Amino acid sequence: MVDAVVVGAGPAGSAAALALARAGRSVILLERGPFPGSKNLYGGVVYARVLDGVIPRWWEEVPVQRWVVRRSTMVLTETQSLSVDMRTSSWGDAPYNGMTVYRADFDQWLAGHAVAAGANLVTSTVATGLIWDGSGRVVGVKTDRPDGNIRAQVVIACDGVNSFLAKEAGLLPQADAAHHTLGVKEVLSLPAETIDERFGLGPDEGLDIEMVGVTRGIPGGGFLYTNRDTVSLGVVVSLKGLADAKVRPEELIADLKAHPTIAPWLRGATLKEYGAHLIPEGGYDTMPPLTADGLMVAGDAAGMTLAAGIWLEGVNFAIGAGLAAGKAATDAIAAGDTTTAGLAGYRRALESNFVLKDHQRLRRAPGLVLSQRMQGPYPKLMCDVAERMFTVTNPEPKPGLVLLLRRAAKEQGVRWRDLVRDGIETIRVFR
Amino acid sequence: MTARWQSVSFDERMSTVEFRVGERAHIVVDSDVCESCTTRACVTACPANLFAPTSSGGILFNYEECFECGTCYMVCNEEGAITWTYPDGGQGVVFRHG
Ligand SMILES: Cc1cc2nc3c(=O)[nH]c(=O)nc-3n(C[C@H](O)[C@H](O)[C@H](O)COP(=O)(O)OP(=O)(O)OC[C@H]3O[C@@H](n4cnc5c(N)ncnc54)[C@H](O)[C@@H]3O)c2cc1C
Ligand code: SF4
Ligand code: SF4
Repeated sequence: MVDAVVVGAGPAGSAAALALARAGRSVILLERGPFPGSKNLYGGVVYARVLDGVIPRWWEEVPVQRWVVRRSTMVLTETQSLSVDMRTSSWGDAPYNGMTVYRADFDQWLAGHAVAAGANLVTSTVATGLIWDGSGRVVGVKTDRPDGNIRAQVVIACDGVNSFLAKEAGLLPQADAAHHTLGVKEVLSLPAETIDERFGLGPDEGLDIEMVGVTRGIPGGGFLYTNRDTVSLGVVVSLKGLADAKVRPEELIADLKAHPTIAPWLRGATLKEYGAHLIPEGGYDTMPPLTADGLMVAGDAAGMTLAAGIWLEGVNFAIGAGLAAGKAATDAIAAGDTTTAGLAGYRRALESNFVLKDHQRLRRAPGLVLSQRMQGPYPKLMCDVAERMFTVTNPEPKPGLVLLLRRAAKEQGVRWRDLVRDGIETIRVFR
Repeated sequence: MTARWQSVSFDERMSTVEFRVGERAHIVVDSDVCESCTTRACVTACPANLFAPTSSGGILFNYEECFECGTCYMVCNEEGAITWTYPDGGQGVVFRHG
């Protein structure tokens, strides 16, 4: 019997195991892949300030690709693109704002800290189910190893987006296409200097672009992140929308690569890796209960990715939740009460930090961002207005912005009333 | 393995990914249930293109190059058509640049 078993050595699991091990608790960290990160795929940027108090000067040892100094939000149509581009040199200095990393590197690095603190990492092992006692309490996990039962006072499920442990405990529905998106990504290799030149970056500097309007009307968006000598390019699309549209995911990436704004950036690149992964996108309103008797759920297993259009952040939320889960489990074990009531400190901790505060504040963002108008007519409308503002029509005098907006709205079949209402709603949701 | 960036074939694309193929099929599709399916959502949505319709109205499925993403069971149109689990420990997809 160990104090705790943590399932999944992603960011949530490693953070939870680290917190428990540092508190002197015996903890087994299970990972089904041959090494942490081998099963994991994301867009590309980690916001690691959450580690400040945990791994001092983490930026001096983290396996970084590039430090993000430039962030763009881009609206595209087939032939146009409109960007809001933010660059600040302050993001290029310690403690840094965001960095591109490969998950195979980052997840191994973080798991390494858990191991150094005393956690017992066991890879190539699947947790195949929960062990229950007679009174409906979780008392461990089964694994696919011979004699693979592990008994523990607390099980922390950090098993990612498909969390079969949370499903077995009845915390998550068996399948929920409406609240998940599929991310597909290509990693394209280019010489580091070519990336520096084409994206206007210094040697360690990175760029992160989020895009809308590139998914053939399927609710979702695109992304481009620069690594040292590769570029990660992909789309994130609603599962229902994808299934209904009968479009294959790689075709959406092909569209993106052929776009007049993007194609010149990638000229001559070679494909290094293709892959896919799901994202829980329901936000606050679809999160499961975070605890049951003897069980806690953290990270994507609890739907904690913040996917709100201009944000796509999950690693930082997973780490924040994992740390809180590890601490709450430590306290509960010390107090001799690992029932739901004994574990309640976990939710309280998340409510008082960014994890649940951000999610609660942005609870309506997923619905707004994936809404029909945001995905359908608006990208075209915005690009048309911008294009006309900058098209010089002499000897005609310049038209005013409101007139251009009204004209473009009419052409896209958007009612003025809806446009104003959505504008106000956007301000409300993101305020 | 590397491939050119545009116009890569699907096979070339898949050959960029490492798969440690296990003996056991970790996903099983019941082709009989698929016969009454009206959407065939799996066929277009699976990012690894592992579902192929047969002329008799069933589905041919190959688990070997699976990303273990979960898309198929989430979009599947018929209850009981897909039995979905992870490959045994250490097997299946291994991402290096995820
Ligand atoms: C396309 C895409 C783009 C994204 N972009 C970003 C981004 O740019 N920035 C960002 O911060 N976030 C991003 N995210 C979200 C981010 O990837 C997740 O929020 C984050 O990985 C969640 O961490 P986690 O530890 O909860 O789960 P995961 O990282 O999914 O880790 C779960 C771990 O559990 C293991 N596991 C699962 N089941 C079992 C089992 N039964 N037994 C043993 N082990 C098991 C898995 O192998 C895995 O290692 C993106 C996600 C996707 C899909
Ligand atoms: S969606 Fe489900 S039932 Fe329909 S063909 Fe695919 S696997 Fe079979
Ligand atoms: S899990 Fe993903 S890659 Fe594997 S068969 Fe299902 S949809 Fe395809």
